[in-house]
Amino acid sequence: MNLEYYSSAALVTSVVIYLLAMTAHAAEWAAARRTPATAEPAELAAEAVETRKFAAVAAGSPKSGSATTASGPVDREDTNQTRLADLKIELWGRVGVALTVIGFGCSVVGVVLRGLAAGRPPWGNMYEFTITAMVLVVAAYLVLVWRTGARWLGLPVTLLAAVGNGLSVTVFYVAIAPLVPALHSVWFVIHIVAAAVSGAAFTIGGLMSALFLARQRAERRGSVTGYLKRLPTARKLDLYAYRFLAFAFPLWTFTVAAGAIWAEYAWGRYWGWDPKETWALVTWVVYACYLHARSTAGWRGTRAAVVALIGLASFWFNFVGINLLVSGLHSYAGI
Amino acid sequence: MRTALVLLFALAVAAIPGSLIPQRDVSPIAVADFIADHPLLGPVYAAVGLFDVFSSAWFSAIYLLLFVSLVGCIVPRVLVYARALRTPPPRTPRNLSRLPAYATATLQTDETDDVVRQRTVTELRRQRYRVIERDGTVAAERGYLREAGNLVFHLSLLFLLVGVAVGGLFGFRGSSVVMVGQGFANNITQYDDLSTGAWFSDDQLPPFTIAVNRFRVAFETGPVQTGAARLFELETEVTDRPGDQPYAKTIEVNKPLTVDGATVHLIGHGYAPVVRVRDGNGDVAFSGPVVFLPQDGNFTSAGVIKAPDGRPERLAFEGIFAPTARVDDRGPRSLFPDLIDPALYVNVWSGPPKTETGEPENVYSLDTAGLTPLKDADGQPVRILLKPGTSYQLPGGKGSLEMTGATRWVKLQISDTPGIAVVLGSIGAAVLGLCLSLFVRPRRVWVRIREEAGGSRLVEVGGLDRADARAGLSEDVADLVQTVALGAGAAAPDRGEKENQ
Repeated sequence: MNLEYYSSAALVTSVVIYLLAMTAHAAEWAAARRTPATAEPAELAAEAVETRKFAAVAAGSPKSGSATTASGPVDREDTNQTRLADLKIELWGRVGVALTVIGFGCSVVGVVLRGLAAGRPPWGNMYEFTITAMVLVVAAYLVLVWRTGARWLGLPVTLLAAVGNGLSVTVFYVAIAPLVPALHSVWFVIHIVAAAVSGAAFTIGGLMSALFLARQRAERRGSVTGYLKRLPTARKLDLYAYRFLAFAFPLWTFTVAAGAIWAEYAWGRYWGWDPKETWALVTWVVYACYLHARSTAGWRGTRAAVVALIGLASFWFNFVGINLLVSGLHSYAGI
Repeated sequence: MRTALVLLFALAVAAIPGSLIPQRDVSPIAVADFIADHPLLGPVYAAVGLFDVFSSAWFSAIYLLLFVSLVGCIVPRVLVYARALRTPPPRTPRNLSRLPAYATATLQTDETDDVVRQRTVTELRRQRYRVIERDGTVAAERGYLREAGNLVFHLSLLFLLVGVAVGGLFGFRGSSVVMVGQGFANNITQYDDLSTGAWFSDDQLPPFTIAVNRFRVAFETGPVQTGAARLFELETEVTDRPGDQPYAKTIEVNKPLTVDGATVHLIGHGYAPVVRVRDGNGDVAFSGPVVFLPQDGNFTSAGVIKAPDGRPERLAFEGIFAPTARVDDRGPRSLFPDLIDPALYVNVWSGPPKTETGEPENVYSLDTAGLTPLKDADGQPVRILLKPGTSYQLPGGKGSLEMTGATRWVKLQISDTPGIAVVLGSIGAAVLGLCLSLFVRPRRVWVRIREEAGGSRLVEVGGLDRADARAGLSEDVADLVQTVALGAGAAAPDRGEKENQ
């Protein structure tokens, strides 16, 4: 057969492996479900000392401390049980990460072969953009796991990668074809790579914001259990999300600007309110809102996270919705 | 800040209808269709400006208010920043241990406090802190560029608006359909459509001419994306101003031609059947290529051939041109966008000559007033199918139509957007400012040397980060205390690779 065939075979394989990885992470969560709300305040308390600013948050979960005293003396049986449970969690988690690495490898092979088969960078249509963006998302996640042990992102990321690549190979798939003349430009690489990287960063930031909201709620209620307990504290999640979004925002600004420069070359105007351009601006403005919200009293934390999720929704609508529902100058989906 | 937040939200929401409802600027035909399809909604939308969202009063109001609020916010902040730049780092807090990051170490050398302080100052300066010695302590601050970046970003948005406004006021953009083999002279009469800024004047049009010599196109013939465009190359000969030496230039999709400040883009193309119409007297009533407008991706094109000078009766032909023709029960249409098997398929109209009124009329549509469809012996309307080199004698000696061939036309867009350098510059400055304001980490550090009870001396370092989203404060403070306490010549301790999670 040919490279194109192997490319899609690799991507289909990656979908299956990501699904398995997702299952492993789901098992990890399930195993962690019984983790009691013990020993919780240590980290929170440490942070409270670190910055008194956030002391209020930590003080909101005093119950977790009392849980230990209520359970009374811990016998050996219980300790063994806990240890076994911890081993189980660890095992499933490791299996999940290992599978993700394999799935990632397949998906990289798929993208590279696609590029080789087409004889050009593989970013010419929606299918190629999605598989590239998924590679970037998983790459960022794996780097996080490697550097900071952020395995808690495993389930959402593998779910996203499985759905993303799955949709790609089933719905978005188009056979290889050369580019239309409008895409013959150096900006093709600049604009689209910037869009893919910032899209990946927006997505990871959004996942973290969602986890932040869940964790924040649990902390407020004072019942941080199970999977949520394995997440970093709400404050840290907020910070991680911010780092990704703060990285993505200037890059997205650059993406839009590079698009404008290209549009001036290709279409003779740098801004023409094409639907894709409009939604790129909407996305930009929403993330500008996010950055402002973070420094506005009453908007920090929960509300800012919601704004970040709206931004992510707008980014994905711009990608999926505008490509499939609205016709415009950016109609390259080819479906 | 709250105002800005509300206005930003409003801007995002207000832009949405502009992408979902057809816009006059982008696709006037879609707007007309929408109004025809929605007799109730259409006029309402039109009244509130939903077909012109981006030039509507409410949309303009939002972004103008946003800029007003921006100015109101930025001007005081520039002043504050100017003052902050001249202010030395703040006083050392009495109790350094209460700062977010705090580290101590026993001084390992016999140097005097002054020497140790001097080393501290040198080390902090090396780390690009602004340092001041005060009351036997060292106070340092860095990260002034964060606020500077923030201000640059917001100010460049203002310049961006100015650049866009200049382009809108002095710019022009027009297009002209030019037959391959003919040419275009940059004169207002040669434009098919021209939109100009409010302060634009005709003499801004540079007097160049472009001869369109050859147009090379290629379409995908393979099984995937059959018919998709693969190549557009327009060979032209440009004369900058009358009397100058013409020079050859090729225009491609991503490579526009720049002449005298104006930019020429190739934005469309299509076909023009070349025909000769003879009237009832046997005289040539019309001869030449006629522009047909593409209706679909395969360039099934519609158009009208008019011979108003035909005598005794004027003639008109309305129909379809297909570059790769196929006629079946679905009607005449094209199967492929390239010129492979062209055919012209028209109905015929005739009528008594019309008085010349001088009123402009649409060359692409036929006003059938005063015309009757020509019928054959059976009373059926005459339908003519012509291939290049063939001709058709109209029934009743009314004349003939001959198709001699087919040629291509290109649509050139000529535009000039004067503020574009300002726009580009401000976007560049905005991105740079944004990066500074997001990634520069303002930090304050204080160092104090304290006499301990046992006679030993303790170096205390306290650190404070002034914006969130950074890491490594504790590590940096620990490093600093080591550097100071270990004395001259001591190697800087290794920094942990991992951030403290």
